[in-house]
Amino acid sequence: MADTVVYVYAVTEAAIAETLDAAAIVGIGGAPVRRVVSGGLAAVVSPVDATRFSEEALRRSLEDLQWLEDIARAHHAVVAAVARSGPVAPVRLATVYLDEANVRALLDDRAAGFAAALDRIRGRTEWGVKAFAARAEGGAEPPAADAARPGTSYLMRRRAERDRAARGHQDAVDAAEAVHREISTVAVASRRYPPQDPRLSGHREEMVLNAAYLVDQVGADALRRLVEDDRAAQSLRMELTGPWAPYSFATLDEP
Amino acid sequence: MTSGGLPVPGRARPPDHRRESANLADILERVLDKGIVIAGDIKVNLLDIELLTIKIRLLVASVDKAKEMGIDWWEHDPSLSSGKGGLAEENRRLRERIEALEAARPAELEGDGAAAPQRSAERPLRRAARPRAERRSGDDG
Repeated sequence: MADTVVYVYAVTEAAIAETLDAAAIVGIGGAPVRRVVSGGLAAVVSPVDATRFSEEALRRSLEDLQWLEDIARAHHAVVAAVARSGPVAPVRLATVYLDEANVRALLDDRAAGFAAALDRIRGRTEWGVKAFAARAEGGAEPPAADAARPGTSYLMRRRAERDRAARGHQDAVDAAEAVHREISTVAVASRRYPPQDPRLSGHREEMVLNAAYLVDQVGADALRRLVEDDRAAQSLRMELTGPWAPYSFATLDEP
Repeated sequence: MTSGGLPVPGRARPPDHRRESANLADILERVLDKGIVIAGDIKVNLLDIELLTIKIRLLVASVDKAKEMGIDWWEHDPSLSSGKGGLAEENRRLRERIEALEAARPAELEGDGAAAPQRSAERPLRRAARPRAERRSGDDG
């Protein structure tokens, strides 16, 4: 085999890693994953080609969408496989070490931080919730055109349309805030992200909520009920993704 | 209905308003911008340079292709979100910076002669260490 370096997907507990059928979990380039254990922690890794994962090669490859997609999906698949067995702290894409000894050193150096992160997400999953402002329907009729004063009635119509749009937007924002507050009551933690721009997201509606929630099993059921709740349906279109491994919450520092 | 790749207990039929599978945008959003951030032996600064390059490339050069693939995650980055002027503002500042640097460069390159009045002002320490013959005439009377 050509020279390889060590790609790190995730950190979990040694006991959890022990239960993994590592040979059955396929990482980047089809290589089965390996466990690197130190103390009570284990990193899930796989060997990758040293040439393709050099600093220089990565700088180029990361701009190759197809390559990036392949790596991202492989990374995500390994993280998800580990997450089925127990608490997992996903490591960011393209974290590469020269050898397994350096990975063990990492586990030792950051042992307390990893342990705290794993404790925080134990038995919990991440869900993504997005809310889009539903298209405004109906509402007050705009003032009828006045043939004698076309300029004035044009301006009045424009103002009425603008006011109605603003009310619709504000209603949606308020509804999204209410949904977020409600979901937060059943979640252990939440993270808000900036809404995506409708021109680029492909959704015509404006995104008014983009959030991730960390929930336990009971919370997950409650969260799903809240997202499906029809009360918000008049002003919002909800989108739920998950369950995810706790990407947004397994951080080394206290969130 | 699973989209995060984990098994979902119960509930067979997903409601209509949900997406059915993990799209690439959602995955990239997570694997690139979230998770444990540690410096590996191979230095790849995703956030500072390369990721920004990808984002800009997607944003500027191939928005249509990216949209086809369902990629819209650059909008999560406040510095790139449109409507907030982040990228435009940064571009403007960078352009100004480049212009300023280019304007300053010829004077620098002309060395220690009379054409570099700002140099002695900007680098008093170096100037003090320079031999007297190199100093700008009239600099110190």
